[in-house]
Amino acid sequence: MRLMAEAIFSSLRRKSDPLPGFRLALFSTLLWIGLIVVLPITALVVRPWQEGLGAMTAALHDGRMFAALEVSFLTAFLAALINVPIGLLLTWTLVRVKLPGRRIVDALIDLPFAIPTAVTGITLATLYGPQGWLGKPLAHLGITVAYSTAGIVVALIFVGLPFIVRSVEPVLRDLPPELEEAAGLLGATSWQTVRRVVLPTMLPATVTGFGLAFARGIGEYGSVIFIAGNQPFRTEIAPLLVVVRLQEFDYAGATSIAFVLLAASSLCLAGVALLRRRVARGLITGID
Amino acid sequence: MPSPSLRPLSRRAFLGSGLACAGAAVIGSSHPAHAATALLNLSYDPTRELYHEINPAFSSHWNPGRNGGSVVVRTSNGGSGAQARAVLEGAPADIVSLGLARDIDMLALKGLIAPDWQKRLPHNSTPFNSTIVFLVRKGNPKAIHDWPDLVRDTVKVVTPNPKTSGGARWNYLAAWGWALHRQGGTEANARQYLDALFRHVPVLDTGARGATTSFVQRGMGDVLIAWENETLLAARDLGPDQFDIVVPSLSILAEPPVALVDHNARTHGTTAVAQRYLEFLYTPEAQTIATKHYFRPTDAAVAGAGTHLFPAVKTFDIASLGGWADVQKKHFAPGGIFDQMYAPHG
Amino acid sequence: MSALTRWSLVGATWLIILIVLILPPLLVLSEALRDGLLTALQTLADPDALSAIQLTVEMTILSVAINTVFGVLAAWTISKYRFPFRGVLVALIEIPISVSPVVAGLVWLLLFGSQGWWGAALDRYNIHIAFASPGILLATLFVTFPYVARTVLPLMEQQGRDAEDAAMLLGASFWQILWRVTLPDARWALLSGVLLTTARAMGEFGAVSVVSGHIPGMTETMPLHIETLYNGYQSVAAFTMAALLALMAMLTVGFRAMFENRARRMAKAGGMEA
Repeated sequence: MRLMAEAIFSSLRRKSDPLPGFRLALFSTLLWIGLIVVLPITALVVRPWQEGLGAMTAALHDGRMFAALEVSFLTAFLAALINVPIGLLLTWTLVRVKLPGRRIVDALIDLPFAIPTAVTGITLATLYGPQGWLGKPLAHLGITVAYSTAGIVVALIFVGLPFIVRSVEPVLRDLPPELEEAAGLLGATSWQTVRRVVLPTMLPATVTGFGLAFARGIGEYGSVIFIAGNQPFRTEIAPLLVVVRLQEFDYAGATSIAFVLLAASSLCLAGVALLRRRVARGLITGID
Repeated sequence: MPSPSLRPLSRRAFLGSGLACAGAAVIGSSHPAHAATALLNLSYDPTRELYHEINPAFSSHWNPGRNGGSVVVRTSNGGSGAQARAVLEGAPADIVSLGLARDIDMLALKGLIAPDWQKRLPHNSTPFNSTIVFLVRKGNPKAIHDWPDLVRDTVKVVTPNPKTSGGARWNYLAAWGWALHRQGGTEANARQYLDALFRHVPVLDTGARGATTSFVQRGMGDVLIAWENETLLAARDLGPDQFDIVVPSLSILAEPPVALVDHNARTHGTTAVAQRYLEFLYTPEAQTIATKHYFRPTDAAVAGAGTHLFPAVKTFDIASLGGWADVQKKHFAPGGIFDQMYAPHG
Repeated sequence: MSALTRWSLVGATWLIILIVLILPPLLVLSEALRDGLLTALQTLADPDALSAIQLTVEMTILSVAINTVFGVLAAWTISKYRFPFRGVLVALIEIPISVSPVVAGLVWLLLFGSQGWWGAALDRYNIHIAFASPGILLATLFVTFPYVARTVLPLMEQQGRDAEDAAMLLGASFWQILWRVTLPDARWALLSGVLLTTARAMGEFGAVSVVSGHIPGMTETMPLHIETLYNGYQSVAAFTMAALLALMAMLTVGFRAMFENRARRMAKAGGMEA
């Protein structure tokens, strides 16, 4: 950190760049990033250790925290996984098939991005609730969605879907249909074409989409809490436990969970970024 | 490139707009100066409907000509502990009306409220009280009549988290008190009873209102342990023919107290108005409104008129369990009895 | 591809779209209008509802204005100048995207809450940040921080700095270059970033929920008020507010899609000229 500051400020002093305004622009950028991002994140990283080792070990021995983290990670993973085939199907028909109402579908895909999470939350809870449009018929089939783990997965599928579609779409658009036709001419069945030509090409983009949806799912709060049931050890997600700990006035507990969440989602995004760079460099070509 | 006649944004204009932003932020943060005095009452969950009616009644009762300016009272609702914490964090409440005295004691400990707050108003600063009863599904299919029925094999009990909810602590203590006072009751077997009870709790909401929602609207559990006013309200408004109320053989006298937040009221210059508001809660007018929302009035005359609303309940009070300071330390403090047993499945 | 495969694909797609993406907004509308349009509109006239709408609009305008100014400056700095550790700045700008909303609220409590680093000190001067509107603003700023910078940055990098260098040789000042050379070219990307920031700012729930005291009429934004109404069994009012908020956000995102197409076409046309 100090090294970085020194390097930046020495370049400030050098004033090597003839384009005017460097100092002002750099200064305001550093100031703003410092105030809005670095300062609060520093507080989060430092705070757990401030209470002393005892508080930290106590927090780490909290079974409820582990259960909540498990629920969050598991449901986020499941939802992202289910979103892969759904997302690939939607992308494929959107790009390759002359889909009736294509423009509408294209616009609808972004809906989960646009709708505020609290709205998503109460809507899904009502839709899948015991009296809801989907909840009631499902209940007749003996399937409970609302106020169970399934409810969390449903909510996360909704918020995660655009990530997969929007990650894969540009790749599929750039993949010339001729390639598929050529494979067909060479005698490949359409299933073989999809499996051997199309899917491998889309793999890196799919993993990217999966990673983004997963990272979002771990931290998701508003769209989940209304439908989750929020039972400790069963359907309580980690972000909700942060809120509960805060309500119990337990800053150490809240901060340690938040710290794990931050680390997990940052790792996820770093992984995605690494993958993207390797794809860009051509290390992963997809077609073997 | 744009035509030269378009004036570039000058540095001064830029700085000016930045300052304007900052200025607007400051203005946005300070409370706009209303002509009316604004009071904020931070309250616990089940009083939403109650204060929704009492606040305007107080405003119209207030004489602007004589007392200078009209009054608007706002109420914010949430779990009692969560609300106390909000005030500690700086929520600008002039008045708190919380689920239990302990939560207000916490504010007194931090110097926001005078230590003798409970002596400043009649009836331990409790204008209306309540008790803890059961709400069951229509026809009482699980045949729940008293505390022992709650720990039968197939019964699922809904009650909120005692760490965050005042109502939940009353629920817990009602169960504890019954277990102690029953024939042959000892601390050891009372602990066993509560241990068994919380094994039957599938949801631990943070507030009493959340627990009611779980039971009533999400259809969870067979019995809801709750404030009497909350159950009567749910039975009336949410499903007149969906629920029955069961009164246990023994319950607790639940006293949700009110207090002036001296520190905040002084800062806002609202001490006098807030004091009048608290006194207003004891008037027959407010007591009658409370009865309408199924709070038991402390005013003898109003109580006499409303006896038909409330079933007779045998109760004990918090003092018989040693008072809040003891109870809090023993049961709800970190590592207390609740923590020891609520490490579920472990 | 056989017609059968094709149609089953189309059918499956529309079924998924219907269940996952069409039913929810339909339900919002139907629940909001359950007691008629008039009742729905009346619930919006409630003073607490009006104050929630006002607070949301205020917070959105402020956070969009602030983040746009600093986002453009950050993108400009990173794309036009060479200096060490530019990559680190980009990574820092992206952090809030991956952070859980709850954590985005918590960090401000760690600074300004009563148990936070400076909360007690500020309290002595009667400055309240947590559980008041400055806290809501900070949480919103954090959550929406990356969007303008991230949408404008790729475009500015692509621009290079030939035009800026030329303007500089002609004697233009920093502000003239930024305002008259760089920004006109980046205006569609900028607009897209601003609209994205707007949509995020008005819909933010988790972060704001942690730092707000949930005080109706004072610190409740529209998403928080929706929660309060929903928990208070006022389903019609909750869904009416939800419909209004969703409509506002969807319009914003819709505009953005429109402008983005336009920007893409412009970029293509520009590429052809070059």
